Amino acid sequence: MTSTETTDIIDLLAGIEPGSSLDAIRGRRLQARENAQKSYLALFEPRDFDDMLAAERCAVAAFVAGVHGERAVADFYLARLGKIEGSLQLVETLKAEIERGKTIGPYGAFPAGPLSSEDKTGLIYRLAEGRKSVMSGRLAAALEHAHLLVFRPRDAKPEAMQALLDAGWSSTGIVVLSQLVAFLSFQVRSVAGLRTLGASLAVSAPAAAKAG
Amino acid sequence: MNDTVVVQDNKSEPVAFTQAELGWLPWLAPLPEAELTERHLAGLVDRARAKSDYFRLLVRDPEVLEARTRTDKDIFYNVADGLPRAERELAAAATSRYNGCIYCASVHARFATTYSKRGDDVQRLLDEGVGADLGARWNAVVKASVALASTPIAFGKEHIEELRRVGLDDAEIVDVINSAAFFNWANRLMLSLGEPTLAAK
Repeated sequence: MTSTETTDIIDLLAGIEPGSSLDAIRGRRLQARENAQKSYLALFEPRDFDDMLAAERCAVAAFVAGVHGERAVADFYLARLGKIEGSLQLVETLKAEIERGKTIGPYGAFPAGPLSSEDKTGLIYRLAEGRKSVMSGRLAAALEHAHLLVFRPRDAKPEAMQALLDAGWSSTGIVVLSQLVAFLSFQVRSVAGLRTLGASLAVSAPAAAKAG
Repeated sequence: MNDTVVVQDNKSEPVAFTQAELGWLPWLAPLPEAELTERHLAGLVDRARAKSDYFRLLVRDPEVLEARTRTDKDIFYNVADGLPRAERELAAAATSRYNGCIYCASVHARFATTYSKRGDDVQRLLDEGVGADLGARWNAVVKASVALASTPIAFGKEHIEELRRVGLDDAEIVDVINSAAFFNWANRLMLSLGEPTLAAK
């Protein structure tokens, strides 16, 4: 695989420079920083790909970041996917599906009762019919599930598990897929939050290197 | 593959947000406790978690679970400096309220109450939603958490400025970002791999 393991991915994507004040603040939650990185490695460079293929992992990650509108993060995973043999057509398909999947969340239904007044409807994403031949049924089901998790997690039902099992996912594979989508939901927010904070520091304290 | 969905006969699904202790019922089979290997136990981090269906389901991928657990613990339990624990829990509860995770909200609302002694305010967050007026400082934490949980992410410099105005320094703002971001991870697992029940375990 690629030699990304020495680079902290959240720092890289958020543009946090070594020695910056934000770098020093991140250092105060070193376990969190290191284990977010270990989570990334466990998902993208696991001991084996038996439960979820490398291309499936990169494709779902790119889709999740992409539908968030987090272009830099999506491009990172698309580039990773592009390095896997035979995936170039899939990269182009994903770019188109990301545009189809973009909407505003979270939405979905609560269990029937007093919260029903907060129910919100929205896009139920399904892969475009014409693109189903480009990817496996497994990956198509994974993208549809990823969209559910990103935008309307409170709509999740056992039927969604059944749809994945029917498409060929194992229980362990579903756990890996769920962790991957949920981790990406965390990763893009860590990146966006830190990038925004970093930009505000650069404006308010241009030359003050507080690190060390 | 002969894996199946676990059908739960849940007669007491909660229909409102609550600070009560809830149980959680998995939709896929957790690994049986007797089959856990050293690799799985390492993934659980705390051996007591072998009693939990949720963690024995997630331990199907032990390496991811271990890293996730250690990320979680440092974000919330490392209180040597930074944001008070109560406000980290508030960020978690607000994120869960907004995403709609009744289970996560119950746990972290309870923690927010324990550490802040402001149980009535926490309950108003649950009852009224993320627009409840909880005072300037808590409002800023809730608003930042909600903006970060939105898709596309709506967190901007105005949220940072508001957090600064109510007294948070940069390290404390990072704690808000970490706590809120992390619950976008947790909520999606809890909501999509099983369901809450009023019958606490």
